[in-house]
Amino acid sequence: MSAVVSAEGLALRFDERILWEGLSLELQRGEFLAVLGPNGTGKTSLLRILLGLLEPSAGRVLVNGKPPREGREQVGYVPQQRAFDRDLALRARDLVRLGLDGHRWGVGRLDGAERARIDRALESVGARDYADAPIGRLSGGEQQRLRVAQALVSDPALILADEPLLSLDLAYQLAITGLLDERRRTAGTPVVFVTHDINPVLGMVDRVLYLAPGDWAIGTPDEVLTSETLSHLYGTDVDVLRVRGRVVVVGTPDDQHVHHVDYEH
Amino acid sequence: MFTDLLAQHFVHTALLAGAVVAVVSGAIGIFVVTRGASFAVHAISELGFTGAAGALVLGIDPVIGMISGSLVVGLVLGLLSLRGRERDSAIGAVLAFGLGIGVLFLSLYRGYATQATNLLFGSIVGVSSRQLFELTIVALIVTAGLAACYRPLLFSSVDPEVAAARGVPLRALSVAIFLLLALTTAEAIQVVGVLLVLTLVITPAAAAQRLTARPGLALALSILVALVATEGGILLSLAQSWPTSFFISAISFAIYIAARVFKRS
Repeated sequence: MSAVVSAEGLALRFDERILWEGLSLELQRGEFLAVLGPNGTGKTSLLRILLGLLEPSAGRVLVNGKPPREGREQVGYVPQQRAFDRDLALRARDLVRLGLDGHRWGVGRLDGAERARIDRALESVGARDYADAPIGRLSGGEQQRLRVAQALVSDPALILADEPLLSLDLAYQLAITGLLDERRRTAGTPVVFVTHDINPVLGMVDRVLYLAPGDWAIGTPDEVLTSETLSHLYGTDVDVLRVRGRVVVVGTPDDQHVHHVDYEH
Repeated sequence: MFTDLLAQHFVHTALLAGAVVAVVSGAIGIFVVTRGASFAVHAISELGFTGAAGALVLGIDPVIGMISGSLVVGLVLGLLSLRGRERDSAIGAVLAFGLGIGVLFLSLYRGYATQATNLLFGSIVGVSSRQLFELTIVALIVTAGLAACYRPLLFSSVDPEVAAARGVPLRALSVAIFLLLALTTAEAIQVVGVLLVLTLVITPAAAAQRLTARPGLALALSILVALVATEGGILLSLAQSWPTSFFISAISFAIYIAARVFKRS
């Protein structure tokens, strides 16, 4: 079975600044990869490379054996929660539909099978009750469930999520991560999950890619989230503590931003 | 006297021209409102006025000057594809300068002042059969463009981040919508004038958004409101010799207020 994502020797540089070099990575079916690290280390850029929206400065990447640009149709993308205008003329089901055929030209009419698919996607995230509600009137958590449905409706071979839990309360964080976890367990769809806080996904993460300023590390959470590894990455003393099943990192140069217990709103 | 007027050829031409312009204005308005680009409409129309004033000075058809002016601004705004506050201030700066040039052109122009007044306030009852033909051709171009881009245009308007991830070409669509908007604006100027273009492009779409959250239905309602306002305005101005533009803006605004008061279905 070939890897869903295979990246070799990826580098990302902006002008003189080197974000990372020599990054190689294979993502197998059913894998859950968390991408961690402080702001400005190219977490989102990595997703953009996987989507074919950004060319790496060096290296090669294949998604489903194809260049990312061609493999894009088979990628489901879950963005950060952001508010919609209250009066936006768009219902929950319309948002989900855009994930199915929004990238195609023309006006387009849905056939019965497509309608059923949209209904199934809404059902699968528990959004049936508000399927016809205006998107701008729903809560952030409800909107984020719809984002998952939008990403799943095209039956993707890979899911990329960029800080999908930001500004969600704990119950919704659990719901969203549960949905993604269920998808990869039942359909084998691997998940690349960019987050500043590992804790909501700690129980389901297979591997962690930690991007630090100028360096990176990859491995299981137990391998990467250690005082030794992070101290090495940051080039300064960093303590990784396990407190009541949560990971707490203390001593990084930008302490307040990194996956920290007190980040919740 | 009113019924006599209704039998007149110029009245029929005016009603047909009004209908043509209303359909495209109402249709594109939905995308403009969704993208939060109302101010851009204003800029495009006022700089269309500058183009027309320039054409008057040069002794060429003001409609040609107007369309050129609108298209140039549309192209620039589309290419910049700025968002939010940055776009507002850029538009404001360009608009003010362009309008200044328009004032200079008008002072240089030694012909009939009515031409200039018509540009500012519209002259629907003065539309010739040839103009009606031209309006129809441009309207067909805009309609075809909107239909061809409908789904990706909606996607990129309501949800740009995910649209980009799905491969929707955001910048190309931004240029496309602003060019179509420039053509529409040049049409609407001939009916309601530079100063009242918003009454056909923004108000109906804003009213429609209040009435429904279904994207397709909102588009249809926006067209309907623009049609009712335009045709109603023309008819009322025949009965009572106040300016057509006043009646069109009054009807359009009355429907908007009613839509705000009524609950959305």
